[in-house]
Amino acid sequence: MDIFGSFALLLALLAAVYAFAAGIAGILTRRALLTKSARNAGMAVFGLVTLAVASLEYFFFTDNFSLAYVSEHSNRALPLYYKFSALWAGQEGSLLFWTWLLSIYAFSALFLNRKKHPELMPYVGVTLAAVQIFFLTLNNFVVSPFHVLGGMDASGAMHVARLSEGSGLNPLLQYYEMVIHPPILYLGYTGFTVPFAFAMAALLGRYPGEKWIHITRRWTMVAWCFQTVGILLGAHWAYAVLGWGGYWAWDPVENAALLPWITGTAFLHSVMMQEKRGMMRVWNVWLVFVTFMLCILGTSLTRSGVVSSVHAFAESSIGGWFFTFLGITFLVCLAAWFKNRDYLRSDNQLDSLVSRESSFLFNNLILLAACFAVLWGTLFPVLSEAVTGNKISVGPPFFNKVNVPIALFLLFLTGVGPLLAWRKTSYDALRRNFAWPLVGGVVAGAVGFAFGFRQFYPVICLILSVFVTLTIAAEFYRGARVISARDGTNLLTAVGELTMRNTRRYGGYVVHFGMVLIFIGITGSAFNQDIQKEMAIGQSIQIGPYTILCQNFDQPSTDNYTSDRATLEVLRNGKSEMMLYPEHRVYIASQVPETMVAVESTPLRDLYVVYAGTSPETGKPVIHAYLNPLVKWIWFGGIVVVLGTGLALFPDRRATLVLRPATEKSWGDAISQGASGTPATSPVASAPIRRSGADD
Amino acid sequence: MKARKKFIIGSGIIIATLLSLAYVGYTQSKTYYHTISELPTLQGATLHQRMRVSGNVRAGSITHRDGRTDFVLEEEGKALAVSYVGSDPLPDTFKDGAQALVEGRLQPEGGFVAEQVQAKCASKYEATPGATQPGASPVQSPGQSMNQSGSPAGTGKS
Repeated sequence: MDIFGSFALLLALLAAVYAFAAGIAGILTRRALLTKSARNAGMAVFGLVTLAVASLEYFFFTDNFSLAYVSEHSNRALPLYYKFSALWAGQEGSLLFWTWLLSIYAFSALFLNRKKHPELMPYVGVTLAAVQIFFLTLNNFVVSPFHVLGGMDASGAMHVARLSEGSGLNPLLQYYEMVIHPPILYLGYTGFTVPFAFAMAALLGRYPGEKWIHITRRWTMVAWCFQTVGILLGAHWAYAVLGWGGYWAWDPVENAALLPWITGTAFLHSVMMQEKRGMMRVWNVWLVFVTFMLCILGTSLTRSGVVSSVHAFAESSIGGWFFTFLGITFLVCLAAWFKNRDYLRSDNQLDSLVSRESSFLFNNLILLAACFAVLWGTLFPVLSEAVTGNKISVGPPFFNKVNVPIALFLLFLTGVGPLLAWRKTSYDALRRNFAWPLVGGVVAGAVGFAFGFRQFYPVICLILSVFVTLTIAAEFYRGARVISARDGTNLLTAVGELTMRNTRRYGGYVVHFGMVLIFIGITGSAFNQDIQKEMAIGQSIQIGPYTILCQNFDQPSTDNYTSDRATLEVLRNGKSEMMLYPEHRVYIASQVPETMVAVESTPLRDLYVVYAGTSPETGKPVIHAYLNPLVKWIWFGGIVVVLGTGLALFPDRRATLVLRPATEKSWGDAISQGASGTPATSPVASAPIRRSGADD
Repeated sequence: MKARKKFIIGSGIIIATLLSLAYVGYTQSKTYYHTISELPTLQGATLHQRMRVSGNVRAGSITHRDGRTDFVLEEEGKALAVSYVGSDPLPDTFKDGAQALVEGRLQPEGGFVAEQVQAKCASKYEATPGATQPGASPVQSPGQSMNQSGSPAGTGKS
């Protein structure tokens, strides 16, 4: 079976090489048959890699410990779903898994477009094949997961060793989120390959117009969504499992995932400039290129050990391969751009500072600044060592100082941008759209200030969050009111109708709202408290409104691990609220410690209690309690972001064009609304105008 | 192009602000990496910088005192006496022989006061001490794997 798997991998490489070579030949000779066979080879890669993955999974499920990879990452007692996820527990397997996901994307892109875009697709196929060749080379020759335990004896004969038991999966990975977090993050990383391939194809083939952007719009959203969820799941895993009370530490591995997310976000926004106004062509092509390269850089950073990380992936020699690939990719991008740069000329110029265009420009500028700051901070130890000989690292204060204002400015743009008109926005329109949300925000800020919010950034964030939420709500309300007035439906049905007619726009608003929730959750960290104390039975600690009373300590050890556990009663205002059981385990086989955090999570705050260890002097247990406000909003915001993206992926429902004039009722409605100070223009007159100005 | 000019000025202000913030953040959090053997060669201002030093914890050197933990880090034959004064409990992985990374400042009399200590076993992802090390030698003899797995479990087949 191991021969079967490695043979499938080798065939996959050959198929990819053929797809690459025949694809180029097809483009040069313009022979349809050659192009078609190149495409089929590209799709065949998927089938072959699938066979290799299935073969490796078969080894895991049958506990075949003759394979080095299986024996290192599994054991007999491992639950079935962890045996499945052990596929990506180590370097060899996760790279195979990576290749497989990439092949799924490549297959889908080639298959779904097999009868479309005959001028573009051959280039797409060649680009996808080139990326696959790189990963398949690694899978086959550098970090093959199909290495068999064993070796040559003195006489030169091969011995195959088969262990009766594997060393098991790292307990830190034995957590349900670890089954889904890596695949989802990888789906994000690999997904950006498709827009990259299309951008490269459009550039090389000088494909006319903005069509490649229309084709890849959904692909980019899918990849972006996976990346978002992947990052949040990783943060949640760190929060729930690692037991240090936080979810984000600006660790290189986290940064590596954040970088392509930032440029991907910038791209999703700036493509609208190109679609509507034919601007930013060079910028967009480079944003896709950079996003793809950051995905590769992220992988190489985490895999090569160039930058030290608490995540401590296996350090290995494959960093060099990745950096070489990165260099080649960059040169190819540079050459493709240089040769075809005349094709990317802009149609239009910026007309006014107060316009949709300029809000997108600022959005991109600021996202790129964030990306650059994070990249710089992550690579700083390497860069400083190369330049000055001193290895210097920068910590969270650096990242926070730069990124918090950037994030708040982005939040501001989230509220302002969508309501500005293309080209130029009049003062009247500004007042109409923003007066009430701004008042609402300032009132919220004042209330917050009165209730004791004194720190600068949290107050700003509160004002902006309310402001953005109100602008989004006003957008839905205005649109829905027009529909409900015309069709006579109630407002809620009208909101649904409105959303389904322009899923991209209103889905985008939902995503924005999800981001507001995430911002609120992150702002909560400004009010974190924690306390750490040695405790004996009967003693208590006070944190926020809670009193934590220590009831008991025990050692519920099993065959698998030794454990220390505390039984804590949580009281609030003298009333017993709940029991918490923080636990500290050491797995016997691997000697890996694991902290079982006890979290009581409410929308307002998390009470997060850790059994931190035993005091070396007194032998008493040390309990570390954290009070983290609003953390739950982050996870909930993530769900809203996913729903919004899902909505935006839906095809628009074709609006039935009703060309009869609006009923009198709607006119009266509009006038009464206008008198009360809400947007004064008649909905019938304003809606079509605004609609045409909106982003698709 | 008036709008263009305005945009460029606006961008300039934003970037200048961010750069100054970045500089402040950098000076607040920059930490130098040094090896133990480098420490005696440091002079002047570099002596008082915040720094990170890594090494292996000398077996038997960990002593807990009131409010602090003393231990000795070793690297390439050089040793450094460290006092950990932070409030967090030391990580579980911090024990004799562990690879540790300490962050803090050098004292005038030569010791090192650490505010943070990180420690790790050889590698978390290949956690078992003595387990087969991937990458080191992909093909291992049956005898080796048996010894390393610590259980007489290997059944060699030719």
